[in-house]
Amino acid sequence: MTDYDENPGLFTAMLGVARRDLLLAWKRPGDILNPLFFFAMVATLFPLAVGPSPEQLEFSGPAVLWVAALLAMLLSLNSLFLSDFEDGSLDQMLVSPLPLTALALGKSIAHWLTSGLPLVLVSPVVAITFRMPLSVTGFLMITLLLGTISLSLLGSIGAALTVGLHRGTALLSLLILPLAMPVLIFGARTVSLVAAGDGVAGGLYFLGAYAVLVLSLAPFATAAALRISNE
Amino acid sequence: MWKFIHKLASPPHFYSLAARMVPWFVVPGLLLVAYGVYAGLFIAPADYQQGDAFRIIYIHVPSAYLSMMTYMIMAVSAAIGLIWRIKLAHAVAAGAAPLGAWFTFLALVTGSIWGKPMWGTWWEWGDPRLTSELILLFLYFGYMALRGAIDDTVKADKASAVLAMVGAVNVPIIHFSVEWWSSLHQGPTLVKKGGPAMDVAMLYPLLAMILGFTFLFAALLLRRVRAEVLFRERRTRWVKELVLSGGT
Repeated sequence: MTDYDENPGLFTAMLGVARRDLLLAWKRPGDILNPLFFFAMVATLFPLAVGPSPEQLEFSGPAVLWVAALLAMLLSLNSLFLSDFEDGSLDQMLVSPLPLTALALGKSIAHWLTSGLPLVLVSPVVAITFRMPLSVTGFLMITLLLGTISLSLLGSIGAALTVGLHRGTALLSLLILPLAMPVLIFGARTVSLVAAGDGVAGGLYFLGAYAVLVLSLAPFATAAALRISNE
Repeated sequence: MWKFIHKLASPPHFYSLAARMVPWFVVPGLLLVAYGVYAGLFIAPADYQQGDAFRIIYIHVPSAYLSMMTYMIMAVSAAIGLIWRIKLAHAVAAGAAPLGAWFTFLALVTGSIWGKPMWGTWWEWGDPRLTSELILLFLYFGYMALRGAIDDTVKADKASAVLAMVGAVNVPIIHFSVEWWSSLHQGPTLVKKGGPAMDVAMLYPLLAMILGFTFLFAALLLRRVRAEVLFRERRTRWVKELVLSGGT
């Protein structure tokens, strides 16, 4: 009868939520692929708008890839809590005796694995079209790896605040983009600095530090926001 | 002490107290701004490098300082409202946001007007402080948009409070990262070790303007919060009695 005797513990709960979300994503691969196509398409828009000059593309490559990745992450964040909200599983999470923070972190882990990580893996292919050298591409992947972790977690706060609101999509961008600017600045500029042959340690340290900061604080804010928007 | 805070935070008491406090902020505020404008435009000497163009700092600096100050006021009162469930604190946060957005806008416009003769361009992306002011403006817009999107006042209060607190943690990070990103602005002249690097005839009007703006901001905030309180309490008895007795 009582759930408390069978309390599975924080990690099991977190991993349980993450596993469930991964399984759901596996059954609906479109949810993973659409942001990736979006990423590739935004990256295609820039050369079409700017012109095919190789120097210009090489110069703007890091910036374009980073902006495209940021927008793709934003797109995938819209549906973070949406299906849970619609089918009532979010209510189950809210009334469960398990800490909501752990569940929110589990959701963010699954979200990063299904949106951030694929972006990191696909980025070299798009980077080639911008004539990015292989050594620079490695750094691009590292910055994207650290940056998308921050974006996933930061975005979960915005997604939790806007869940169940009409016109939530545009609102989510308005809430999250200003907060995401440090990640964009350090991510894109670090890659540009590598391309120019400058030192990059500072930028990588910042991205790492920011990811740790967001990892430790954002799940609490997300949990609080989920409670508020489902009162 | 707690009794005092509770009494202060009760809407009817605040409503009448704020009405009595507004003149105490308006009068010194207007006097200080009047002195600041006159002294800034006519008494302060022209800058040996920037000429008369520097005089825009008498609007720019107070606005920029208040734009950040207001965000802190908003975030702190939102946190107070969320943690101790004081409804008045939420009303303060709601009233502060549009004022903060206006000061940010004013700082951006004056900064860009100053930039035209100085840099030869209306907008200079290389200037970190102008850029972080722009991001601050977006933060205010996001806050107000979230408030506007939620119909239920209690829910809007709490949701926007979470956003304001997340934003407050991020504002220093944004500021720092934009500074790292690039630097071109003239260094700070007011806050410097060993006193301000500014002539006294230029400095006093600036201090008067900063203080005067702060007083006027406080008066505006009180007025806004009064209106906010009145609207939120529109279904209570004291508001009904107030309206029936014809009082303000």
